[in-house]
Amino acid sequence: MKKEAIISVKNMVAKYGDETVLSGVTVDIFPQEITVILGGSGCGKTTFIKNVLRLYQPYSGSVKIFGNEVTEMDEIEFDEVLSRIGMLFQNGALLNSISVADNVSIPLEQHTNLTRDIIEKMIRVKLDLVNLGKAENLYPSELSGGMKKRAALARAIALDPDILVCDEPSAGLDPLTSAALDDLILKLKKLLKMTIIIVTHELASIHRIADRIIFLDQGKVLFTGTLKEAQKTKIPEVETFFRVGKFG
Amino acid sequence: MDIRNNTLLLPKNLDKTNITGLLQEITLQNLEVVKQIDAGELVTIDSAGVAFLDKLMEIFAAHSPQIVNLKAEIKQSYQTFSSLEVPIQIKAKQENIFVKVGDNFFAWLESSKQAFYLLADVFYWSFVGVFNKKGQRKGSVTQQGLLIGADALPIILLLSFILGLILALQSAAQLRQFGANIFVADLMAISMVTEMGPILTAIILAGRSGSAIASEIATMKVTEEIDALTMMAINPIRYVVVPKFHAITLVIPLLVTASTLIGIFGGLIIAVTYLDLSTVVFFNRVFEVLTLRDVLIGLGKSYFFAWVIVIIGSYYGFNVQGGAEGVGKVTTQSVVASIFWVIILDALSSIIFYF
Repeated sequence: MKKEAIISVKNMVAKYGDETVLSGVTVDIFPQEITVILGGSGCGKTTFIKNVLRLYQPYSGSVKIFGNEVTEMDEIEFDEVLSRIGMLFQNGALLNSISVADNVSIPLEQHTNLTRDIIEKMIRVKLDLVNLGKAENLYPSELSGGMKKRAALARAIALDPDILVCDEPSAGLDPLTSAALDDLILKLKKLLKMTIIIVTHELASIHRIADRIIFLDQGKVLFTGTLKEAQKTKIPEVETFFRVGKFG
Repeated sequence: MDIRNNTLLLPKNLDKTNITGLLQEITLQNLEVVKQIDAGELVTIDSAGVAFLDKLMEIFAAHSPQIVNLKAEIKQSYQTFSSLEVPIQIKAKQENIFVKVGDNFFAWLESSKQAFYLLADVFYWSFVGVFNKKGQRKGSVTQQGLLIGADALPIILLLSFILGLILALQSAAQLRQFGANIFVADLMAISMVTEMGPILTAIILAGRSGSAIASEIATMKVTEEIDALTMMAINPIRYVVVPKFHAITLVIPLLVTASTLIGIFGGLIIAVTYLDLSTVVFFNRVFEVLTLRDVLIGLGKSYFFAWVIVIIGSYYGFNVQGGAEGVGKVTTQSVVASIFWVIILDALSSIIFYF
């Protein structure tokens, strides 16, 4: 039986001013899978994610999330959609003026009517899940790069979202921390049955976690398929990447 | 460099130390027919040397010369550093002055439209925020009130006191000549309440809080904190701007009142010590000349000044481009724009109420 896509993008065009960054991107992202978005620097990976999530407005095309067209939704309707999506930004994007625990509490306080003690329990659990149990009262400026990413991940999963989007989670991390983060992502997929979308360049990480690959090149989709299919494909750019870990 | 049978013989080295001289030599010799470049002797070359070879190919392009006898290593360097295959970026066509003026005008229209939308958004969410605290962090209004109000109080008091002293002293010297000493109280009361108190407070707030608002929001934008709030379905205006708007609305009348009182007090010191007026006479005169209308005009316009500072700071913060440099740029722009609009609003209020 054919799986129903949780995110379906059709003919999406994205522009910065007059420059076209994505030209007619069509992809489906399936539930409870880890989809890795690959491509060289400047090929439009982050732009793709930000246009899907309406952080930027797509120039044209259709984006369906949970089966609903989101490009024409009003803000209130789209906020409902966003409350089911967590995002881990490239640099964490923690609010620097408040503590780690307060950062994690934001979505819980804003989108639930939970009592303070329940929220506090949830914060502790989420921080413990990312191995930051002892850092809840620290401020983002007091955390290392890896800790910031993990704290941001705790915030992204605070509401147990259906979809988790990670923009280069391994960037700037050492291989051990990066591997630990991958294990955590796999654990989340298994425990919370999340659909996870990851933008990454790390070949080792891709081999560990990817179910499906979307390969972008110069604003176009060059390849979509499973990891195994990606490893066997004869498309030169994809083949080069999986052979030597570099974009050809 | 020698030339034999239309073949240019390259020297042993081609690098940044000798190519300028070689190029001059070729120009002076006015060589016209070179069909071949022999690199047999060439042993070392750097990227400047390769650029020299490219230049030779351009000079002798009419005969399409070939480079022969290139050693493998030299060939590799040549292929790596040659600019012949690198596409030339075409310079953007210089726009004429009318196009530039037109573009700037439309850019100004667009930014005015955005500022207006932001203004509408801030007023809407500030009004909603009074009744519904969802979308704001607990205690953020108090925190902002302390930052914008309490922390700014000492500098406002000090500068207002000094301004009061200066105003009174300079006018006292004139008034004394006509025996009109008592009018220093009129001058201090009217000028501090309707003009100096509100405008001095607004200018200090524009420099202090306006810049803080712009740089805080711009930094949040650059570090994707604003995007993170949006992704959590939290309206950034509601979460970041509204607490500042509420806080400044609460503290501005207090700051203006404090500034006005301390300024008048500065005037009193000059009146007592320099003009031999008594404190009772001074204050009797102050209360005699002041009307409720003056007080309301002074306080009323200070609200507009405060709102302009928050809106402009937020507008520039949200429209930051680039990284740290962009943050610095919008901070400066926001302070200049805030002070400009505070003075324009002040002029407008003077025309409306006193013309």
